[in-house]
Amino acid sequence: MAFRPMVGLEVHAQLLTASKMFCSCPVKFGSEPNSNCCPVCTGMPGSLPVPNRKAVEFVIRTGLALDCKVSDYCRFYRKNYFYPDLAKNFQISQYDEPLTYEGRIDLAVNGEPFSIRVRRTHLEEDTGKNIHLSDGRSLVEYNRCGVPLMEVVTEPDFTSADQVREYLVQLRRLLRYLGVSTANMDEGAMRCEPTVNLVDEAAGQATPIVEVKNLASFKAVHDAVSYEIDRQHWCLENDAEMQQETRRWNETEAKTTVMRIKESADDYMYFPEPDLVPLTPEREWVEEIAESVPELPLARERRFVEEYGLPQYDAEVLTEDKQVADYFEAVAATCGDAKSASNWVMGDFTHLLHESGQTPDTCKLQPENLGKLIKLINETTISSKIAKDIFPTLFEQGTTPRQLIEEQGLAQISDEDELGAIVDAAIEANPKAVADYQSGKEKALGAMVGYVMKETRGQANPGLVNQILREKLSE
Amino acid sequence: MPEVTLDEVRHVAELARMALSDEELERVRRELNRIMDYFAELQQLDTEGIGDTSHAIPMTDVYRQDEIGDSLPAAKIVQNAPDSIENFFRVPTFMEEE
Ligand SMILES: [Zn+2]
Repeated sequence: MAFRPMVGLEVHAQLLTASKMFCSCPVKFGSEPNSNCCPVCTGMPGSLPVPNRKAVEFVIRTGLALDCKVSDYCRFYRKNYFYPDLAKNFQISQYDEPLTYEGRIDLAVNGEPFSIRVRRTHLEEDTGKNIHLSDGRSLVEYNRCGVPLMEVVTEPDFTSADQVREYLVQLRRLLRYLGVSTANMDEGAMRCEPTVNLVDEAAGQATPIVEVKNLASFKAVHDAVSYEIDRQHWCLENDAEMQQETRRWNETEAKTTVMRIKESADDYMYFPEPDLVPLTPEREWVEEIAESVPELPLARERRFVEEYGLPQYDAEVLTEDKQVADYFEAVAATCGDAKSASNWVMGDFTHLLHESGQTPDTCKLQPENLGKLIKLINETTISSKIAKDIFPTLFEQGTTPRQLIEEQGLAQISDEDELGAIVDAAIEANPKAVADYQSGKEKALGAMVGYVMKETRGQANPGLVNQILREKLSE
Repeated sequence: MPEVTLDEVRHVAELARMALSDEELERVRRELNRIMDYFAELQQLDTEGIGDTSHAIPMTDVYRQDEIGDSLPAAKIVQNAPDSIENFFRVPTFMEEE
């Protein structure tokens, strides 16, 4: 069979602005019902929406990062429909003049590269929330109504559920890097709706396009797309009827069911929003925004492998969060040892960050000081054991490692005479180990090294202790 | 200018959630056609080289800065609602569409 999947994706992301899209109500969650509302976001007659410049900037920034063109003229439209999640019976959205359009993103799944064309990124307002009661009534509140919402729409270029998931993972990372959205799906800050059908290009045939809703996680999106591809194949093979429809993903039963059939009532009667004047983003502003686009996570990941010689895994983990990646680079720059910097940042540092609920930007430990700590280990001023021991204190106090080591008298002992005397005592105290070593049991050295470490509270330079021990024992 | 048909009136009425009787549909059809006559007059104007115009005032790029201002007390927001409870609007249950 020559039918292949053709999947497109619509992703909505709430933007991280302080105020709503068209009014100055706060974007705040968990407030009392209808307490972050005003005449504009509840659609009172005579109120006048005014667009939030920051939200427009965020959409342009995202569009540029996705290689889109920026419109030099675009308008908001009214999307009319009857549903009480918007008080005014229409949503302010964009129609055939999106803010940015015709972009692309290059990705890979299991080393197989693929490209997705981005049709558009546009701006609209989020809707309110409904609670359906069992008594035949519903409660509605509009705190979320009017929160800036960005829509990123791809062309139907995905050919597998794995590609869809990879795109979502990368898009989420991108949105976080750009600082435009938390992109948390479980909080509803990022939502996605795939469209799925099968095409046979040679035969000029295609199955009707199905839109899937109710997807609350990347896994749900992946599984629903995969299910829908299989279902449509099954329908083809069994001559079962298919139609253009919206289907709902049922997580517990792991299948999609019909939600509604597309019909002529799906006519949103779009027309230009008369209360909002057109946007013509001026060139200097767009250039300014372009300059604010940081190195993108995928490019940075590749650079970490090439420039620092890091394993792919490290590069991926470090670039997941921009602050972490920035922190790592500052540590590596100070100590000149990228792999150690990576180990420390991914290991002890991340561990303490999570434990204390801080971020790299808010924690007291400056990356330069972690870099210096690594340097002290590499110069054998302190052992890595001691470094690990004092790290929690460093993290908490943010002092320089040298200061802490001096305060606590923790500098590694690398004085040969001083160590020589302790090594002599170790030999004296371990006659059996000496005999074992001399009869060829290399491991027996450990007992004597352990003695020295104990005597010096772990401050002896282990390499030097080994060396002195061997010298003395071969005398 | 093509005539507005009864089917078109029915479609628009459905979109507007208006239940019209057969007489009303016919009356609205006639009225809409009279309105369309005015557009026919406008159609005679030479609009070569003029883009579609949605605003009568030549103004673009009006923004507000991303600053928080005062919202209304929740009680005020729901005060005109036919039914509300604990500052929620209360409405007859509607089908979950999107
Ligand atoms: Zn408001």
